[in-house]
Amino acid sequence: MNAKTADKLATGIIYTISGIVALILVAMLSFILVRGVPHLSWHFLTSPAKAFEAGGGIGIQLFNSFYLLLLTMLISFPIALAAAIYLNEYARKGRFTTIVRTAIEILSSLPSVVVGLFGFLLFVVKFHFGFSILSGAIALTFFNLPLLTRSIETSLAQIPNLQREAGSALGLSRWETVIHVILPAAVPSIVTGVVLSAGRVFGEAAALIYTAGQSAPALNFGDWNPFNISSPLNPMRPAETLAVHIWKINSEGIMPDVSAVSAGASAVLIIVVLLFNVSARKLGAMLHKKLTSA
Amino acid sequence: MDNITQKLMQKSESTKKDAMGRAISLSALALIVIVVISIFAFVMSRGLATFFHDGVSVKDFLFGTTWNPSVVDPHTKQPYIGALPMIVGSFLVTFLAAIVATPFAIGTSLFMTEIAQKRGTKIMQPVIELLVGIPSVVYGFIGLTVVVPFIRSVFGGSGFGILSGTIVLFVMILPTITSMTVDTLKSVPRHYRESALAIGATRWQMIYKVILRAATPGILTAIVFGMARAFGEALAVQMVIGNAALMPQNLISPSSTLTSVLTMGIGNTVMGSLQNDVLWTLAMILLLMSLVFNLIVRAIGRRGELK
Repeated sequence: MNAKTADKLATGIIYTISGIVALILVAMLSFILVRGVPHLSWHFLTSPAKAFEAGGGIGIQLFNSFYLLLLTMLISFPIALAAAIYLNEYARKGRFTTIVRTAIEILSSLPSVVVGLFGFLLFVVKFHFGFSILSGAIALTFFNLPLLTRSIETSLAQIPNLQREAGSALGLSRWETVIHVILPAAVPSIVTGVVLSAGRVFGEAAALIYTAGQSAPALNFGDWNPFNISSPLNPMRPAETLAVHIWKINSEGIMPDVSAVSAGASAVLIIVVLLFNVSARKLGAMLHKKLTSA
Repeated sequence: MDNITQKLMQKSESTKKDAMGRAISLSALALIVIVVISIFAFVMSRGLATFFHDGVSVKDFLFGTTWNPSVVDPHTKQPYIGALPMIVGSFLVTFLAAIVATPFAIGTSLFMTEIAQKRGTKIMQPVIELLVGIPSVVYGFIGLTVVVPFIRSVFGGSGFGILSGTIVLFVMILPTITSMTVDTLKSVPRHYRESALAIGATRWQMIYKVILRAATPGILTAIVFGMARAFGEALAVQMVIGNAALMPQNLISPSSTLTSVLTMGIGNTVMGSLQNDVLWTLAMILLLMSLVFNLIVRAIGRRGELK
């Protein structure tokens, strides 16, 4: 075979491979949407799940997912932001920085099930939080921290040094420069990173089955006092999320419409995650346009 | 006069603020380090209890092939705690998934960087990003409703097993390997391509003899990252592997992985019992393996730098 034929052959193979990969995605998405979307209705999205009979919904699970996401973000964003500021603005090259970076790298590569088990051991068992939204949110924070820290750090690193020098020249301290100059300039790409990580957190299940639990007790949506046990806002109640629900009913669900419910729930999960992914970029671009002169 | 001296000697308001900001951001970083250390400390202390507290021998645990911790062997008076089936299961799905995914990942990234830069990136970049975004339970659900019945109808048996796990993991780690390979290929200097083409190489010769060689360390890193993800993936695999703690007889016999046994078992055992301790030992193996993958990545990075 001469070089020209080999070239043509290889090009053909590469085209085919890429085609197959694109086809896999299209097939999966259309499978989920075609199977799931017909099952979606207002009733399905708002009513509680049923364990033994057909016609249950995913209302509580959907609420739990969003509430857990909100709590996770409230805990992890300030920590990740502060850590990223130190890494990008204060840290010098040295042993300490190397250790910290290694730690973050290791944390980001830990299997999420192990992070969940650690949360189970420490918060559910040792601190007696029980299976609760709070335990789940802290476990998800551990899972989320390394990636969020890295994405915020990248956002800060993209701000040209000229800005920092200008701050110093005006007599601002390093901290003032960060707060008043660097952070505002980095807001668009930080927002993109946060929303992207929200998509990841929303779909995570392995870290939650032993921290937030696998049951979704009935909620009273008229009671917004976070200290009442049936209140949706109570952070100490067990809370099965949408992703955990899909796993759970597929492993041990016994209702007759289990495949319809899981198809519908998967479709909702996919749609929400895709919305996060698309809006992350749109939001970032929009903010960039609004906040800067570019 | 004194007043001014004093004022000049004192730390200014903004210096104080700076010190405070520095301390706050440093403590956030310290928190992350503490979390990592305590994850290792807690899981290791529970995992090692199997050997120190329950007196199980490491050899029996790692090489025993019967897993049934709640039953005691009448001859040796030891519970059945051979973890080899799960260890083999985990490594099998990981390696097989990586072997299948690598050519697809390299092909796709070559398409994006060398063959059709503009169009390729425009089409494949979103494809890869969407694949990353799909949650693992959804992969598991698709595996359960499409892959498992398909394997069942083609090869017979139950359809659950290593093969189904491999197929699901292949799709899951494909985007990880691809996006990292794309980054490596993009970092190969432009003049490598130009020199290869200038001496008369065809595009494929340039890719095969120059670009891929130059990018080898980066591609290997990408594959190891993909394997780390496959090794630690829990729910999607658990849904399609069959969850029978048996040595895999072939690719379509129900088996299990470290993660699948963990997700099934932790909730059904009592804290502090042997049945529970051995599960933590499995978690410890997972933890140590993710450390090993990390070290491999570092080793590859160092070798790559020398060249």
